[in-house]
Amino acid sequence: MTVDTRRVIVNVANVSKHYGEGDARVDALKSVDLSVHAGEVVALLGPSGSGKTTLLNIIGCIIDPSAGKVILDDELVYDDRWLRGDLRKLRLDKIGFIFQFHNLLPFLNAQDNVALVLKLAGKSSAEAQRRALELLDYLEVGHRKDAMPALLSGGEAQRVAIARALANSPRIILADEPTAALDSKRAGVVMDLLRKLAAEHDACIIAVTHDEKIYDRFDKVFHLRDGQLDRGEAM
Amino acid sequence: MNLAYRDVRHNLFRFVLTCLGLSLLMAVVLAMIGIYNGLVADALNIVKAPKADLWVVEAGTQGPFAEASSIPSETRNAIARLHGVAAAGSLTYQTVEAPFRGDTLRLYVIGYEPGYPGGPEIISEGRSIEKSHFEIVVDDKSGLKVGDVIRLGRNPFTVVGLVKDTMNSGGDPAVFITLRDAQVLQTQLAPAAQRVQVARDQGVFKTQDNVAAVIAKLEPDADPQAVAQTVRQWKHLSALTQGDQESILLLSVVDRAKRQIGLFLGILLTVSAVVIALIIYTMTMEKLKQIATLKLIGAPDRTIVGLIVQQSVALGAVGWSFGLVLILLVKDYFPRRVVLEPINAAALAGIILVVCIAASGLGVRAALKVDPATAIGG
Repeated sequence: MTVDTRRVIVNVANVSKHYGEGDARVDALKSVDLSVHAGEVVALLGPSGSGKTTLLNIIGCIIDPSAGKVILDDELVYDDRWLRGDLRKLRLDKIGFIFQFHNLLPFLNAQDNVALVLKLAGKSSAEAQRRALELLDYLEVGHRKDAMPALLSGGEAQRVAIARALANSPRIILADEPTAALDSKRAGVVMDLLRKLAAEHDACIIAVTHDEKIYDRFDKVFHLRDGQLDRGEAM
Repeated sequence: MNLAYRDVRHNLFRFVLTCLGLSLLMAVVLAMIGIYNGLVADALNIVKAPKADLWVVEAGTQGPFAEASSIPSETRNAIARLHGVAAAGSLTYQTVEAPFRGDTLRLYVIGYEPGYPGGPEIISEGRSIEKSHFEIVVDDKSGLKVGDVIRLGRNPFTVVGLVKDTMNSGGDPAVFITLRDAQVLQTQLAPAAQRVQVARDQGVFKTQDNVAAVIAKLEPDADPQAVAQTVRQWKHLSALTQGDQESILLLSVVDRAKRQIGLFLGILLTVSAVVIALIIYTMTMEKLKQIATLKLIGAPDRTIVGLIVQQSVALGAVGWSFGLVLILLVKDYFPRRVVLEPINAAALAGIILVVCIAASGLGVRAALKVDPATAIGG
């Protein structure tokens, strides 16, 4: 058995989540433990209603767990209550999100969509624009910097969305079905890109997916069934 | 990076269309304010036109605008002789409908004595009345031109001059004729009725030498109240200062119309507030997914509130500006005078600003309630 010596970026310990009480109680997550290391790309798999999105939302500090602890990038952020008052700032500092349908703001061009995150983090306009262009160039969509999202192809839009997720150099990237809207060729390209990013930025990537054709692109795959997470399967 | 501006620019056509709709509403609001002002201004204009200090009318009446008043025309000489009176003039007022080129003109006829107070002060075109009979000076809103001939009663009158902004509180343009012509117009019977009178052996009906009011201009050092008090000693006369006459007009003659328009204005402003609130709410509801994304990527509430409130204020500002331009362009085509003062436009701007901020509250509330989790998943 090998021991992973890389730093743990996401540590979810004994986290439960239930909705409702009494007869109406639904246990979405039951004492889930999950550790994801720097540079690791992991997948959360499971049928609908198994708790994948709930777990992703808890790691993303979007919904409250019912019990447990959440440690993100060495900071204990949840211990029966959120320990930070401003969760949006926490997300801005530590977490990048990639969505199934890219969710780019339709009224900003590609470069401004990326620069917005940097502006929200307090960067000057010039610095935000410079860094946004760097990221777009890095993801090979710099030539489309002035294009509005409606005019980008699916692959281009997803790359811009990845650039936005990376803008503040977060250590955690959460992806919800990042390749669902792409054909298999583009899905493979996006996954290779995410792997490369994780390695180069020392970040971890946690993706919820149903896309079987990209399973082999993950370091580890976790299965969720009825709110319970297995120990993970290295790919 | 101003998100509100970018969003507006992205949906410019829809925004402009919405502003256009709102501007029509604003134009109606401004028109109502203008009509309201016009009503008051017209009512006061007719009282202010003779530049009188004192109005002498029939005892027990508030004439000649609020109710009928009839006093002997010799009263003018008696008033003119009072201490403190510089000049006095007799006036009659009546509304007539006169046929003119296939139309019927409704005119407010003022009879005055040329050379005495009460006639038109400023002639904008042509000249004032110089002959004793059948000359007329008209307000330009009547549509009559210098040289036109119009029949009032049984006599044709030639238009010799035009005046501006002289209408009664009902919006009827004023016309000036000599006092004598006005008295004839007021009392002259139609030929058939005259023949009936003769047949009944009642003789030819004589024109009565009565007037509606006598106005007085006072010496600079005279006290209007003191002169009025002197006039009231004659039991058949009553005297009103210029201030009294203006108050009577505003409080009794135009008060109901003023309140009616004021109420309608209140309803219009309420409708505008509801329309703005609905527009902003709908615009916000269409952006819920984007707002959820903004929350998820870490945008603070002030960014989201700013996006909604700024768009709301921009909508109100553009709607107000278009509305103002529109009403300024068309106000002269209204059948009644529309008087818009800068203070009115500024007050409406202030009200719209408050309405927009308040109306955006619904949208802001909806936006702040959006769960960032809705950005995740299809």
